[in-house]
Amino acid sequence: MRKFRIFFIFVVFTLVQPSLWASSGHGVELPKIHVNLEDKVALQRGAQIFVNHCQGCHSMQYLRYERLAADLNIPPELAQQHLIFGNTKIGDPLLTRMQAKDAKTWFGIVPPDLTLVARRQGADWLYGYLTSFYADPARPWGVNNHVFPAVGMPHVLQQMQASMSKNAFNSAMSDLTHFMVYAAEPMQLQRRAMGRYVLLFLLVLLVPVYFLNREYWKDIH
Amino acid sequence: MSNKLMTWIDARFPATKMFQEHMSQYYAPKNFNVWYFFGSLALLVLVNQLITGVWLTMSYTPSAEGAFASVEYIMRDVDFGWLIRYLHSTGASAFFVVVYLHMFRGMMYGSYRKPRELVWILGMFIYFALMAEAFLGYLLPWGQMSYWGAQVILNLIGAVPVIGEDLMQWIRGDYLISGITLNRFFSLHVIAVPIVLLALVFLHIIALHEVGSNNPDGVEIKDYKDKNGIPLDGIPFHPYYTVHDLVGVVVFLMIFLSVVFFFPDGGGYFLEAPNFEPANAMKTPEHIAPVWYFTPFYAMLRAVPDKLGGVVIMGAAIAILFVLPWLDRSKVKSIRYKGWFSRTSLTVFVLSFLTLGYLGAEAPTPIKTLIAQITTFLYFAHFLLLPFTPYFESTKPVPTRLKVAH
Repeated sequence: MRKFRIFFIFVVFTLVQPSLWASSGHGVELPKIHVNLEDKVALQRGAQIFVNHCQGCHSMQYLRYERLAADLNIPPELAQQHLIFGNTKIGDPLLTRMQAKDAKTWFGIVPPDLTLVARRQGADWLYGYLTSFYADPARPWGVNNHVFPAVGMPHVLQQMQASMSKNAFNSAMSDLTHFMVYAAEPMQLQRRAMGRYVLLFLLVLLVPVYFLNREYWKDIH
Repeated sequence: MSNKLMTWIDARFPATKMFQEHMSQYYAPKNFNVWYFFGSLALLVLVNQLITGVWLTMSYTPSAEGAFASVEYIMRDVDFGWLIRYLHSTGASAFFVVVYLHMFRGMMYGSYRKPRELVWILGMFIYFALMAEAFLGYLLPWGQMSYWGAQVILNLIGAVPVIGEDLMQWIRGDYLISGITLNRFFSLHVIAVPIVLLALVFLHIIALHEVGSNNPDGVEIKDYKDKNGIPLDGIPFHPYYTVHDLVGVVVFLMIFLSVVFFFPDGGGYFLEAPNFEPANAMKTPEHIAPVWYFTPFYAMLRAVPDKLGGVVIMGAAIAILFVLPWLDRSKVKSIRYKGWFSRTSLTVFVLSFLTLGYLGAEAPTPIKTLIAQITTFLYFAHFLLLPFTPYFESTKPVPTRLKVAH
């Protein structure tokens, strides 16, 4: 039984504390952000910021409005009113209306799809990036970024940042980060919930299996 | 009823005979310890890979345009697609974990020694096929690391003198890695290599059951039989080791499924972050590292300043394992009865392999390259010193009978 003790501690630890692994930045000290995907209000606010401020240029081509609405507890009618623009259907993915050709002319590149950016860069990086734009007249858009030096994107949220306190802006960016972490892996909560039941089942199964083995082996010396 | 049915079948197919030969009358040493779980666990992971692989193939699109999106389709729109995918991606890493531990067990207890040379060599072919299978499969998600990882490895073929460039182009089927390469890798990954793997696993087990399992003491149980010809220290595999392995299976599943459900990225080692960005031939990632199970060999490759030399060293590191049965000349099989030098040498070998694994995942610096060179040397030194060890090392007496491990 002794050899199982360390293992039990490991299992209990995973059951209780299924946290995300730490991410690293490119030589810059990144602020730590705690992402809680149970916080549906933060996710809803984040979704709203995304469709209003980011989706003008960026898509989330692997995420459908319908899935988003269901996962974030948004009634379909409200989603249609507040998140979906034009004649887009609720079963469609979050696509930008900007044409790739226009984007090339305006920015030199097509802005990347953002569905998986949170898994590519990590939540800390995203939050750090969103909160560390600064004025730099040497750059084409007059702004630069501490986390992403020589960034090609203008500071889209400049007006928003100017209109609110530092804390309020950081909180908004935290919500946006929450939403992007969700979008990168929408089934995260179900995955962990199911995992707890599976491990609990195995833990229970271990008992008869252990005693079955002991029963058979008691005659072997 | 069932008796009559079995009689009917046995008159036409040796079902009962096979079950007896390989399970209920296959006598295994009674002193297996925890290291002996990894053979059956490797079989379990193989089955997991085959089943999840079949289901992934149902929804995967093997084309440069559709591959990346189809993986996200599996993750989001296919019912339990994310679970099937994580079982497969985590299974790939788990396969190497159990196979490395299984191989190390063989090295510790001399399971490759006469008469088990073919068991070992067939196992080495399995390991080789497994590496091919993993390499081919890693291209399929068509992410940045899939693409550039394959690029780096395929470029190694270009180091072959004279025919290197042509050979590389023949394998890729194009001037660079493209949808054509992806399609042929897919075909090899889901059909060709799995068939070879299954055939090799079958042969590995047949060869093992012919000679019988080794054990932690390295004693041949067949040398001490009772009057019925049954080894005194042997017990029927079924039921004793089936119920025993069942405990191992449940414990393994608890660890394996903890990763699947709670850390499917494996801290960036099982699923690398750059692979969440689609393959782009115009944009090289800032740091290309192969998946963790290849990093020891990748570190050896980089430790040699010359490209062809690096490829040769990397190949030799794997090739030398094939001839291990003929390098070890010790009087005893198990490390338990060898001297302090053998123990130290094996420990240094394991530490070198782990260090190389770490270094292969890191960006090279002069000091890291130096450490990689030293550990590469130590890796080979372990094998090359084996034939000479008996000249200066005395061994301990081996027991004639076995004790159950607790």
